[in-house]
Amino acid sequence: MAANTASPKTMESNHKVASVVATGIFVILCIFIAFPLVAGLLASFRPGRELVQNGLAINWDFSTMTLDNYKYLFGVGGGNSKVDSAKYFMWYKNSLVLTILTVILTLLVCYFVAYGLTMYKFRLQGFLFFMVIATMCVPFEILMLPLYQEVTTLGLIDKMAGVILPGLCGASTIFFFRQYMQSLPKELLDAARIDGCTEYGISVRIMMPITKPAFASMAILCAMGSWNNMLWPLLVFRDTSKFTLQIGLNTLLTPYGNNYDLLIAGSMFGIIPILLIYLIFQRYLIDGMTAGAVKG
Amino acid sequence: MSKVKKLLFSQKVAPFVFVLPFVLSLLIFWAYPLISGVIMSFQDINFGNRTFVGLDHYQKLFKDKFFITAVLNSVEYMFLTLVLMIPIPLLLAVLMESRLTKAKGVWKVIMYIPALTSVVISGMLFRMMFSEADGSQMNQLLAFFNQAPIAWLKTKWTAWIALLLLCMWRWTGVNMLYFVSGLKAIDTSLYESADIDGATAWQKFRYVTLPLIKPTTIYVITISVYAGLAMFLESFMLWNGNSSPKNIGLTIVGYLYKRGIEKNDLGYACAVGMVLMVIALIINIVQLVATGTFKKEES
Repeated sequence: MAANTASPKTMESNHKVASVVATGIFVILCIFIAFPLVAGLLASFRPGRELVQNGLAINWDFSTMTLDNYKYLFGVGGGNSKVDSAKYFMWYKNSLVLTILTVILTLLVCYFVAYGLTMYKFRLQGFLFFMVIATMCVPFEILMLPLYQEVTTLGLIDKMAGVILPGLCGASTIFFFRQYMQSLPKELLDAARIDGCTEYGISVRIMMPITKPAFASMAILCAMGSWNNMLWPLLVFRDTSKFTLQIGLNTLLTPYGNNYDLLIAGSMFGIIPILLIYLIFQRYLIDGMTAGAVKG
Repeated sequence: MSKVKKLLFSQKVAPFVFVLPFVLSLLIFWAYPLISGVIMSFQDINFGNRTFVGLDHYQKLFKDKFFITAVLNSVEYMFLTLVLMIPIPLLLAVLMESRLTKAKGVWKVIMYIPALTSVVISGMLFRMMFSEADGSQMNQLLAFFNQAPIAWLKTKWTAWIALLLLCMWRWTGVNMLYFVSGLKAIDTSLYESADIDGATAWQKFRYVTLPLIKPTTIYVITISVYAGLAMFLESFMLWNGNSSPKNIGLTIVGYLYKRGIEKNDLGYACAVGMVLMVIALIINIVQLVATGTFKKEES
């Protein structure tokens, strides 16, 4: 009996060893995860031709490191620097504008739709919510070609509306707002009605402020999706001056590898906005991301 | 006028005003393209001229060896990502939530970062890491073990290591966080009573954690099935364009893009899309039946 039960002292040291092992697993994992980005960041301080010749690798020879790529990116390098820099920041600006517009419009529309679906009892309510789920079950890639034709017919090619409108009622965003609102007390609505507030007034002045945390988490997810979106904008934007950053960077990936200075510096600089938003708001992000996962 | 206004502001009409954008969007940007996709798959479309060809496209599809390669690749990719992206993140989540791991917040924040990078950027980084140059990361690793450098992206199995590592790199952290949130919803008193009954760590995992985390598991499986079957951009970026040596990276959506956008053969491409949808639906229904989701609703 006594042999089977470990003494408190060995148990404590066992726990310590296990704790070091468990934490160590995550340390090693995080090193692997950080590796491509760190290697990419280091490579952005080296001539692009090295990247073409050697691929991505950790190079301990720091003598060839320069700021040239970034000088080129900001238009103060030699050659076509000014032209390329102007092009790059035009894409950057397009992406920023598109992302901001997408986030604001999507969030507002999805909020009101979810509000209607959650706060009232009406005919078709169940059916409409079923349709929200149904839209999630059809991969976008299947709708892509007919939608592309439709958008062409509507004259929305090369227009931001062509990218924003089809995704405006994002099913997962509606779903998340609904999940969040279900936990809010509906008595608030009746109280506001007695005070003479209109139905629309209640949704904006009473419920919207309470839903702020949901807005925060959806804003981050939506911003990430929009900033990194590639396939659909690639079809809608034809004109180089309308390109978003992701499409623009993709055009730099030529088989000749003559643009890699700009590509690698531009890629690293292109992660910054989304990384900043993430680091500031990451607490909300995890709530938003996992909304659908717990209740299934 | 005021009568109209009164009606518009009534509790009966207001909900319809709220859901109107969704109804419009559903009709214009979902139902319409879906139906026209089905119709187009029965048509030949040449510069706006449409001729009805019946099941021709579908008959051709099942003899089209590129399409068969694409389907096999997509299904294989989906299964491999399921094998890699469900158990590993689940175990990591259990480890993360155990009392053993210190500084949890730091690891969670870092593990999510790859998901912030776009396919363009992450694809480029992996392309460079797996470049055939002698000095590339993976060839350096081979050199460390005294092996000759290889052209990673030119043979299927080495290229797929890159493809799958790219997927794991980007999504392991995300899937882990899904499982973490699932674990947090489990009542801790269940573990305490399991402790009193003298359950081992494995028994607790098998009889408490696994059954109770099922909704999360089903959710992660469902999104992984769709993401795996519809994979395209990862392969597009890794091979710098929509063509890979011997089509080792050709997927269903890649083929749809090739026929529809690059070759402007919209009818045929829509038929490809319909097959994708049928495959996705079948796999999901099988998965939902196998995991007993329908049963739960009946009771």
